Amino acid sequence: MLNIMEVHETNQMIEQEKLDVRTITMGISLLDCAAGTVDETCANVYDKITRYAKDLVPTGEAIERDYGIPIVNKRITVTPISLVGASSCRSTKDFVKIAHAMDRAAKECGVDLIGGYSALVSKSMTPAEELLIRSLPQALSETDIVCSSVNVGSTKTGIDMNAVELLGHVIKDIAAATADNDSYGCVKFVAFCNVPDDNPFMAGGFHGVTEGDAVINVGVSGPGVVSRALDAAKGKDFEFLCETIKRTAFKITRVGQLVAQEASRRLGIPFGIIDLSLAPTPAVGDSVGEVLEKIGLEQVGAPGTTAALAMLNDQVKKGGIMASSYVGGLSGAFIPVSEDKNMIDAAGSGCLTIEKLEAMTCVCSVGLDMIAIPGDTTAATISGLIADEAAIGMVNQKTTAVRVIPVVGKGVGEQANFGGLMGYAPIMPVNKASCAAFVTRGGRIPAPIHSFKN
Amino acid sequence: MNKAIITVVGQDTVGIIARVCTYLSDHRVNVLDISQTIIDGFFNMMMIVDYAKADEEFGTIVDDLDALGEDIGVRIRCQREEIFTKMHRV
Repeated sequence: MLNIMEVHETNQMIEQEKLDVRTITMGISLLDCAAGTVDETCANVYDKITRYAKDLVPTGEAIERDYGIPIVNKRITVTPISLVGASSCRSTKDFVKIAHAMDRAAKECGVDLIGGYSALVSKSMTPAEELLIRSLPQALSETDIVCSSVNVGSTKTGIDMNAVELLGHVIKDIAAATADNDSYGCVKFVAFCNVPDDNPFMAGGFHGVTEGDAVINVGVSGPGVVSRALDAAKGKDFEFLCETIKRTAFKITRVGQLVAQEASRRLGIPFGIIDLSLAPTPAVGDSVGEVLEKIGLEQVGAPGTTAALAMLNDQVKKGGIMASSYVGGLSGAFIPVSEDKNMIDAAGSGCLTIEKLEAMTCVCSVGLDMIAIPGDTTAATISGLIADEAAIGMVNQKTTAVRVIPVVGKGVGEQANFGGLMGYAPIMPVNKASCAAFVTRGGRIPAPIHSFKN
Repeated sequence: MNKAIITVVGQDTVGIIARVCTYLSDHRVNVLDISQTIIDGFFNMMMIVDYAKADEEFGTIVDDLDALGEDIGVRIRCQREEIFTKMHRV
C-alpha cells in the first residue's frame, strides 16, 4: 500500500517543482477534407476539427482535477496543409483561407495552438508546397494560434536547398509582417530536418500521413523535478548522477503515460506516443539550463556544456523509455533560449553563443530554438543557419530544427518579448560573413553515404 | 473499489480529521486507511478512501474538500490513486 512519504513526494513535485503534463495533443487526419474548391475544403477542415476535438479541452480539465496534475496545454495537430490544399489552392491567398479555417476551428475548441500548416519538402517542392511556404507571412500574421513547419531535409533524401534558400526570405517576411509585435510570427514557424510524424509540441507539431484518422499524443515536462533531484547528487560521481536522472525521468514519464491512457480512453481516440522531452518554461526553477548548471557548469555555454547535455538527454531517455509503452516525437531535452530562464541569462551575459547552441543541438532534440537575432540579419544568413542545422540532422540521423526570430528594428544588446510560455530573449549576435553564394546555388545536397542501407 | 488519496497539509488544529471524515461520511465515501506525520514542520495527513459508492461526482468531492480546506486553513487535496501508484510502483 502507498505510504505517506511517496504521496508527499508526488505532491511536492507538482506543487513545488512544477511537475506538469506539458501538452495533450490530438492529431487529426485531414486527408479526407481535400475538395475541388477552397471554400469547400475550408468547410470540411473546420467541420472535422471541431467535430473531433470538441471534447478535448473539457476532458483535459477533468483529468487535471481527478489526478491533481496540471495539464498546461491542449493542442491539435493536423495533416500537412500543403497536401490537404493541393487539389483546390491556386494561390497563396487560397492557402491563407485554410489557415483562417484552422484558426477558427481551434478557437472554437478552446485549444491554445494548432499545428500542421506545414509542408514536407525534403527532396523538392511541389507547386502547392511552394505556394504554402510563400503564404506564410500572410497566414502567420493574420491568424493567432496557427503554427507552421517545413521539413527541408532528411537523412534519406538529402537537403532541398531551394526550399532552404526560399525560407530565408520567408522568415524575413514573416518578421516584417509581425514587426509591431517583436516579429512574433516567427515564433510560430520551425524549419526541420528529419521531422517526426507524431510530435505533440509546437510550433513543429503536425499529424503525419503515416498516422491513423485521429490520435492522442502527450508531451511530459519536468526540468524542475530533475533539478531538485540533482540537489542530492552534488559532489557525487557520474554513476550516481545518471541513476538520479533516470529514476526521476521514469517517475515523470509514468505520469504522462497515465494521463495519455486516460485521455485516450475518455475521448475514445487511440493513444499514440509519449514525448519524453524535458520542456522548460521561463519560470524560475523550470529550466534545463539550471539542470546543466547543477551538473557542474558555472553557466550554460561553458566548456563541458555539450557533454553535460548529451548525458542528460541520454539518461532522460533511458529512464523514460521503460515508463511508457510507446515513445516518440522529439524525446530529448529542449533548449529553447527564450523559454528557459538560465539560458536567457547565459545568452544575455555572452556565455552562451549561437555557435555553442549549434554544437548542443548535435546531442539533444530539436535545434536552434527560440533564438532572437538582429532584425538586419540577411535572408542568406538565415538560410545558412537552417542549412547548417539540417546538415547536422541529416548526417547524424536525428531531428534538428531552426526557429529563429529576426526581430525587426532591434539589434544586439536589446531584448525581444514574446509573452507567456514563449518568454523573452536577448538579441544574440550572428556571424556576419556572407554565405549568399552557397545558399543560392540551387538544387539539393545529396543524401549522405551512410543513408544507403538497403 | 475506486481508490483515492486525500492529503491534508498545514498547521495542526483541533478537528481537522473530524471535519474531513464528517464530509466523507455524509457523501458515502469509505475511509480505508489513515496515517499522519510531520514533514518539514508541517502536519501531513494521508487518507486512502474508496469512493465507489459516493453520492457525488468525483470532481465535486475534489472541489468540496478544497473549499473545506480553505475554511479550516489547511490544504486538502483529493486525487485518484493511480497517479501515485503509477509513479511509485513498477
